[in-house]
Parts: sequence; structure tokens; C-alpha cells
Amino acid sequence: MDAIILQILNGLDKGGAYALIALGLTLIFGTLGVVNFAHGALFMLGAFCAVTFSGLLTISERIRDESVTFFEAYKEIPYLTLWYGDTGQAIVDWAVPLSILLAVPVMLLVGFAMERGLIRFFYKRSHAEQILVTFGLAIVLQEIVKYFFGANPIPMTAPPALAGSADIGALVGASNISYPMWRIVYFLFSLAIIGMVFAFLQLTTFGMVVRAGMADRETVGLLGINIGRKFTIVFGIASAVAGLAGVMYTPILAPNYHLGMDFLVLSFVVVVVGGMGSLPGAVLAGFLLGILQSLASMTEVKAIVPGIDQIIIYLVAVVVLLVRPRGLMGRRGVMEA
Amino acid sequence: MSQSVMTPDKNMSKSMGRSPAEGHRPKGEGLRGFMSSSRSDYLLLAIFALAVLTMPIWLAPIGAGYPDILQKFAIFGIFALGFNILFGFSGYLSFGHAAFLGTGSYAAVWMFKLLSMNALIALVFAIAVAGVFAFLIGFVSLRRSGIYFSILTLAFAQMSYNLAYSVLTPITNGETGLQVSGSDPRILDHMFGSPSGRGVPDLFGLELQGWPGFYFCAILLILAFFVTMRIRNSTFGLMLFAIKSNQNRMNYTGFSTRPYLLAAFVISGMYAGLAGGLLAVTDPLAGADRMQWTASGEVVLMTILGGVGTLLGPVIGAAVMKYLEQIFSSFNEGVLHRAFDFLPGGVQDFMVTIVSPFVGEGWHLTLGLLFMLVVIFLPGGIMEGLRRVSGRFKGNRGEATAPHAGH
Repeated sequence: MDAIILQILNGLDKGGAYALIALGLTLIFGTLGVVNFAHGALFMLGAFCAVTFSGLLTISERIRDESVTFFEAYKEIPYLTLWYGDTGQAIVDWAVPLSILLAVPVMLLVGFAMERGLIRFFYKRSHAEQILVTFGLAIVLQEIVKYFFGANPIPMTAPPALAGSADIGALVGASNISYPMWRIVYFLFSLAIIGMVFAFLQLTTFGMVVRAGMADRETVGLLGINIGRKFTIVFGIASAVAGLAGVMYTPILAPNYHLGMDFLVLSFVVVVVGGMGSLPGAVLAGFLLGILQSLASMTEVKAIVPGIDQIIIYLVAVVVLLVRPRGLMGRRGVMEA
Repeated sequence: MSQSVMTPDKNMSKSMGRSPAEGHRPKGEGLRGFMSSSRSDYLLLAIFALAVLTMPIWLAPIGAGYPDILQKFAIFGIFALGFNILFGFSGYLSFGHAAFLGTGSYAAVWMFKLLSMNALIALVFAIAVAGVFAFLIGFVSLRRSGIYFSILTLAFAQMSYNLAYSVLTPITNGETGLQVSGSDPRILDHMFGSPSGRGVPDLFGLELQGWPGFYFCAILLILAFFVTMRIRNSTFGLMLFAIKSNQNRMNYTGFSTRPYLLAAFVISGMYAGLAGGLLAVTDPLAGADRMQWTASGEVVLMTILGGVGTLLGPVIGAAVMKYLEQIFSSFNEGVLHRAFDFLPGGVQDFMVTIVSPFVGEGWHLTLGLLFMLVVIFLPGGIMEGLRRVSGRFKGNRGEATAPHAGH
């Protein structure tokens, strides 16, 4: 029982990442009708925003380490700590969450640039061509990151206050289950972002136009609304959501340049399982598949069906597509060829 | 190869057309034109065969006149030809074709281990296994179309890849890769008393390394090209083109499209199996990385680069890509400095700094850019580019046939 709870928890943070990426993919697909294979690369860019930002924060000065008296020893102390003492050290410690400050504008800009510079020329082209051009873009983005940051994963640390483990067992009334606190933070964070996106779509006028555009783009355009400009912003938002998912994921998985590709394939499967063009479907399927993947990697399960942990997501996708072609919550008439 | 496109033969340059509507409606010819290969097709085949067989001569000046790379041209040419039968003819974009390539390699190496080092046995088995595998995957995947089909094939390929690395290790030898070794049973070889000691695949005694290896691949490429040509000119090929242009109409006329699509899928899977088998013949080693989805992306790219739906395009695309890969990834700073030697010192350093991220380790960056540029500006690939150029020469006819010129 404990093991199962633990695995479900394990699935929640991974599912959160899937859900956030799939949410952006669905937004873009639903509004712009574009299949964006570069969305995983946006997740990766977000992660490297965190790397860059914490790199900037921890620019250090090498000073003599006075505590070592036997030989000449040096230690590196970030300027922030030198200048602002404990406040500075706190900023350095909280580098990953603070990276959001950098990631949001950067990812919005990347999203705008991508939509204006490339994607808008592909609205009228076939899905195959959209897939191909964004696939090319994904390769380019990941190679640029590789050029600047190298091929090795760059480990990041969560703030010390959130780095330890929390005792979850007490909350659910089970025995002692300790669980890394940051993963719980990530889960809550992903829920918050999902909530914000939905609130934005449901409660604002802009969101209403976007939803209308998802339902019937042509009519909204005919009503005199500049749908193109709205959709640029939607692309920026989707890009920022993926970026934020990437920023906060860095302490869980050290980012490397092909992080995006690894997540992209799975996120696409998530979108298809959830139903193309359905936002709640994307979120539901994201968490569902995350949890399923975790459960399948339990030793007890692997003993019954060897190798199931490797293929469970794809297997579920195949079954869902064959039994419920529209996906779990897909709308009628969306990509039903 | 490019000369064949430039020939003034009207009928032929027409049949190279990107879209089926252009390519398949030679004026004044009825259905009979589709059924039989016309004379110009055989001319094309002859030129193609000649061009392929003389590759060692006319590719030598650009530094590709050695068997290792020419083998790759031929093998990936076969792979792309087969992929084109599915994607180019019927419009179904499979993102999981590498699974069949990998399966073919594994099957071939197993034949080397169990039966004989004879390449023919291995290839037949590789094609058969890949065909069966393609039938199973195709049967399920083809229940959907469009992007769902792409995702399904991708899912199956990733499943195969993950399984090859984990549970199927007894068959695939996991990360190390499957290799031949001296202690393999090789039943047939021992039965006929000719155990190939060196573990080199042969064709009835002729070791398929170096030039013989290339010519073996080249002959199979020509054969594959011929089969593709026949498929394109058959009623079967016509059905695939019809499905591509309007599947709904096909369905409404009471036509069951699925058997045709499944046949195309299996055939293209068998091509991939043949290519995978040949990879094992030229180098008896099979690894799971051949099944990874980046490998599937690569064959898509080759086909696009050359020209989707054309006969020659995929072969050209495969060769160009493998050539660029070879050239770009072998460059380093030293080579670059020599290449820009004619420039004065400062400019030379500047050029090297500019170019170096795109070569060597950064070859994939070039690949990605190339991919984007081709899809954006030349969706018809190299073949359309050639057609436009030849159109310029013959007056302004080329512009009318370029469907995506600018946007």
C-alpha cells in the first residue's frame, strides 16, 4: 500500500510536467491548428533559462579560505553573498524559483518570435509540413543549446528549505512515507499554472475570444476580431507555460540539450490520449499517464509483465486510439480524418 | 542522376511531377498508360542504373568515391525509396519506420549467427521479418489517419526501441548490440563445410566488403528502384495516389482503401527491412539505436529533401544527406582554416568562428536548418528545385507548376 501511494506521488510530478506541456500543445493546436513538434524544445529552453539565471546569480569571486590553515585554499563566494550577506545568499539559494522572473519574459518573446517568424506561414499548409518544419526547428534549438551549454546534464538544486523530504504518511493516515518536498512543490506548481490558464480562458474577455476561436475560427474572424494577433499571444502563453514547466523541473531532472525531445514524444502521446483540442483532456491524460508510468515501474508489476514500464504509455495510447479514437475527452470533428 | 531530369524528353520530365495529378496524366493516354511502363520509364531506369553503377567515378571528384559512403548512399536510398511508397504515394506520414530498419538488421545478424554468412539468406529473412512486423503494426496503425497515424507509428517504434533495450535483451543483446562471433552455430555453413572464419558476410564465397559490398548494394538499389517504378505505374500505385488526393471520395465510391494502404505499408516496411539487412551485411552488427525515433525522422528528411512522391527524389535526398553528414561531421577547425586559406588572416579567423558551430559536432544544427529551409522554401525538395531550374531554361513553364512558390 505504501509503495502504491509512493508511486502515485512519483507519478504526480511527472504527470504535472506532461500536463503542462500537453496543455500548451493543445492550446496551440486548438487555436492555431498547428501541430507543434518544437514544443518539447520550449520546455528545454525553459530549463536552460533556469540554468542561465542561476549561473548569473552565482557569479563568484575566488577568495582565500581562512578556515584552512595548512595550505593555500580558495573558495568561491557569489558576489551577491559578499554584497548583501544573508539576503544575497537567500537569493542564490532560491535561484531556481526566481528563474521564473527571467523565464516568463524570455519564453513569451520566444513564443512571439516563433509564431511571427515561422508558424504563421504554416497555417495553410498540411499537418505533415507543420510537423516537419517544427521538427527541424526543434533540432536547431536543441543544437544551439548544446553549443552553448555542452552535452552533459547540468545538475540544479532546489532551495534548501524545500530540498528535504516531507512526511506524507501523516497526511493520508498511513504509516511513515517520506517524500522529496520539491516534487510535491512541483505538483502544486503545475496545478497552479493549470488553474491560471483555465481561469484566464474562462474569466477574461481575451480568453473568451480564444475559446470562441478554438470552436470556430472563421466566424470569430468574420466578426471583425483580429484573430491573428490574439493567436500570437496564445502562442506566447503556451510557450511560457512550457518554459515554466521546464524551469521548475530542473531540480528533479538535470537538464541536458535533448530533454525536450524526450518529453515531446510523450507529451504528444498525452495530447492524443486526452483528445486533440481538449484542454481538460490534456491535463487529465497528463496526470493519468504519469501515474500509470510510475505504477508500471514497481517491481511487483514488472515481475508479472516484464518490460511494461518501458512501454506502458505507448500501449495505453494505442489502446485508447483504437477504442476511443477521439481520445478521452476529444471534441467531435477535431482531426477526425 | 540529375541529367535524367534535365533531358528534353517532355513526357519524362512530366512524369517526374510532384503531385500525382501532374505526373500521372500524360496527354492523350488512357488508363493503359498507367498499366504499362512506358519506354521513357525504361530509359530512366537505364540512366539511373548507369548513374548508380558509375558513382565511384563521377563522385570521386567531390570526395565520395570510396565504398563505405557509397554503400550508405545505396542503402539509405533503398530505405527512402520504400518510405516514399508510403508517404509519397499515399500521403501517410509514418514516424516509426526506423523500427523496420532495426528489425531487418537484427533478423539479418541472427541469420548470420544461426545459419550462414551468405548475405542472400540473411536478406530474405530480414525482408520477411520486417514485412510481418510491418503487417502487425500497419494493421493497427492504419485504423487511423492523419496525425493520429503518425503518433501511432511513433508509439510502436518507441515501444520496439524500449523493448529492444530492456526485456528483449536475449534477442537484441541490449546496449552492446548484436554481433557475430566465432562460436556461432552457423548450421548451413558447417553442413557444407565452408565455415567463414572471418565472420564476413559473403555472396557464395565473394566477401561483401569494400567494392563488392558497394556493387551488391547498388544492384539491390537498382532493383528496388525498378520495383518502385512498377508500383508507381500499376493500378495499385494509382489507388495510392487516389487515396492521397482524396480518401473520402475513394470511400464514397464504395472502395475499401485499407487493404491498399496496408499493402503499401508492408511493402515500405520490407524495403526498410532490406535496408536494415544490408546495413548488417556491410557491417555485421545491429544496435537498438537504429530504431530510435530520430532515425525515423532522418528518413522523413531524406524523402522531403529529395522530393516527396517523386521516383528519383528519395534516392537523391538520401545520398545528399549522407554525403553532407560525412563531410560536415568530419570538419574541424584545422580543416576549416585550410578551406579558408585563400582569405587574409583576420577574415579567415572570422569565417572559421562563424562556420565552426555548424560542422563537426554541430552537424545536426546544419541538418535542422536545412530541414527547415527545405520545408519552408522548397516543399517539393531537390526535384522541384531542379524542375524549376530546368523550367527557367525552357522559358517560364516552371513557374506554373510550382505550387508553393513563395508565401
